[in-house]
Amino acid sequence: MRAQREVWGQTLANLAREDERVLVIDGDLATSTRADLVADQAPGSFIQAGIAEQNMVGMAFGLTTMGYRPWLSSFSVFLTHRCLDQTRMLVSQTKAPVRFAAAYSGLLNGSSGKTHQDLTDIAIMRSMPHMTVLAPADEVEAEAVIRWAADHDGPVYVRLARDAVPPVFEESYAFRPGEPRLVNDGDDVTIISTGVQTARVRESVRLLAEQGVSARLVHLATIKPVDERALIAFVAAAPLVVTVEEHSVIGGLGGLVSEILAPLADAPPLERIGLADGWSESAPNGFLLDKYGLAPEKVAAKIVDLLGEHKTRTLQ
Amino acid sequence: MTVTTGHERLVDIARGARLHVVETVAASKAGHIGGPLSAMDLLVALYFEQMRIDPSDPRRPDRDRFVLSKGHSAIALYVVLALRGYFPIEELVTFDHGDSRLQGHPDMLLTPGVDVSTGSLGQGLSAAAGIALGAQRLERDFHTWVMLGDGELEEGMVWETVLSAPRFALDNLTAIVDLNGLQQYGWPASSGDRFDRSEPLGHVDLAAVFSGFGWEVRVIDGHDYGEILAAYEWAERRRGVAGTPSAIIARTTKGQGISFTAGTYKWHNGVATDEQLAVARAELRDRDQAEAAR
Repeated sequence: MRAQREVWGQTLANLAREDERVLVIDGDLATSTRADLVADQAPGSFIQAGIAEQNMVGMAFGLTTMGYRPWLSSFSVFLTHRCLDQTRMLVSQTKAPVRFAAAYSGLLNGSSGKTHQDLTDIAIMRSMPHMTVLAPADEVEAEAVIRWAADHDGPVYVRLARDAVPPVFEESYAFRPGEPRLVNDGDDVTIISTGVQTARVRESVRLLAEQGVSARLVHLATIKPVDERALIAFVAAAPLVVTVEEHSVIGGLGGLVSEILAPLADAPPLERIGLADGWSESAPNGFLLDKYGLAPEKVAAKIVDLLGEHKTRTLQ
Repeated sequence: MTVTTGHERLVDIARGARLHVVETVAASKAGHIGGPLSAMDLLVALYFEQMRIDPSDPRRPDRDRFVLSKGHSAIALYVVLALRGYFPIEELVTFDHGDSRLQGHPDMLLTPGVDVSTGSLGQGLSAAAGIALGAQRLERDFHTWVMLGDGELEEGMVWETVLSAPRFALDNLTAIVDLNGLQQYGWPASSGDRFDRSEPLGHVDLAAVFSGFGWEVRVIDGHDYGEILAAYEWAERRRGVAGTPSAIIARTTKGQGISFTAGTYKWHNGVATDEQLAVARAELRDRDQAEAAR
């Protein structure tokens, strides 16, 4: 198993050797984001910008006007929060093909704590016009998404996880932008998840099956733009829809699915599992997943509870 | 205003351009005055003498680039672009109107001749550095010019770029600081006042700061075409050989060229009354006739 950051570094090193338009611009985090793989293997395509993320976005924009397709190497939280205005004006408003490789996204960032956790990046970036927002599930999908993004003629945000997760997809996987992907079929509940949380929810689905609950799992790697009709088709007959994300329940995947389902007259009930509105802490991954309800067992137990509540509600 | 012999043509163009600024803002009933007028001589010198550009082919790959980092002076850039032939002068009346190519702040997707979208202050130098870095990597033969306001230098992002640009040896990049000494409202008056507000950078030795960060610096009178063109030529001669970026610190007067706007922070933005327009016209257009008649 390879971590997504390693997949990113190696894929970019390979892409840079093939395509001189590809650049990686680092905000002095190359050993963490694994942009150092590019520096080692394709040094001519690696640019050190120093600890100055706003300038990094501005220079990346300028390079796009010269035909380059730059990738930014930093932690998610700095790309989405510190550079928000630069991204808004110089990238989103100009449709410049800047690629944001958002490393260390979500809750699990090597025990760095709340200062370095980014639990609102999806909410921020999916509200940015012209921005494509991608959150791959595992290493195979990460590589496919990165290769797709490299060719895309517009800004792309790719949410990457620090640590490896169990594989979700086969090597033969082909990424199709916008497409919700069926990971497991079932008819008691439809779960929608995104990013590496899908790898954990897959285990939740197995645990639910042991308790006699048949769960459909749909993975959404493309947060924006999403194929809404395809997503609706997956949830149309569901007694309950549950979104699960390593992100705030405000404005992320749960918000997205709510927006899609709300206008439907016969929309199924929807529950959102994710981070509550607040801040987290420094701790090992296992502790954080357990405490904040994203561990496979916690997600499975929560879904069993939700199913019970909704059955009661139906009877009343 | 200092008029150097031999630059009457540029002086005339700038006079007409200043009148267009005031008239356009008056017609649109919104817009900035002080900054556009302080920057005008620097812009006229760039677009009518210095830059290698082709208004009939605004996207020509080997053109010099210009970034108006102080994007709220958009009307000055639009007037100069129109006078230079990028689009009809008649189009200026659409400034700030709906469906117009001339937005309140420069939009590279809409306006012919605009190389970079700006408006949120502090970002233009960084964008220009990226362009210059791309040009350097691709061995392209052009210069990237960027204009910043002195108030804008309060933005932290500017200094990220000032710090890093020398590392990339961007001698194809020139920052022009329109040092007009006033910002929208500004700082309370204190000793060392200029006009009716203290200067945003009055306590800073700006030339020493840029120099200390690794830039080569010239300080000039931003309304003297002799000094402006000499500084531009100096910066252009450094391109490809010097190994460090150039900064031109241009001392200017906010609202320059019209008696009632010059040197007052209150004309940062504003709409001239009919009476004020008449004064501006008399001072800017009729001055030549008056002097010729004499």
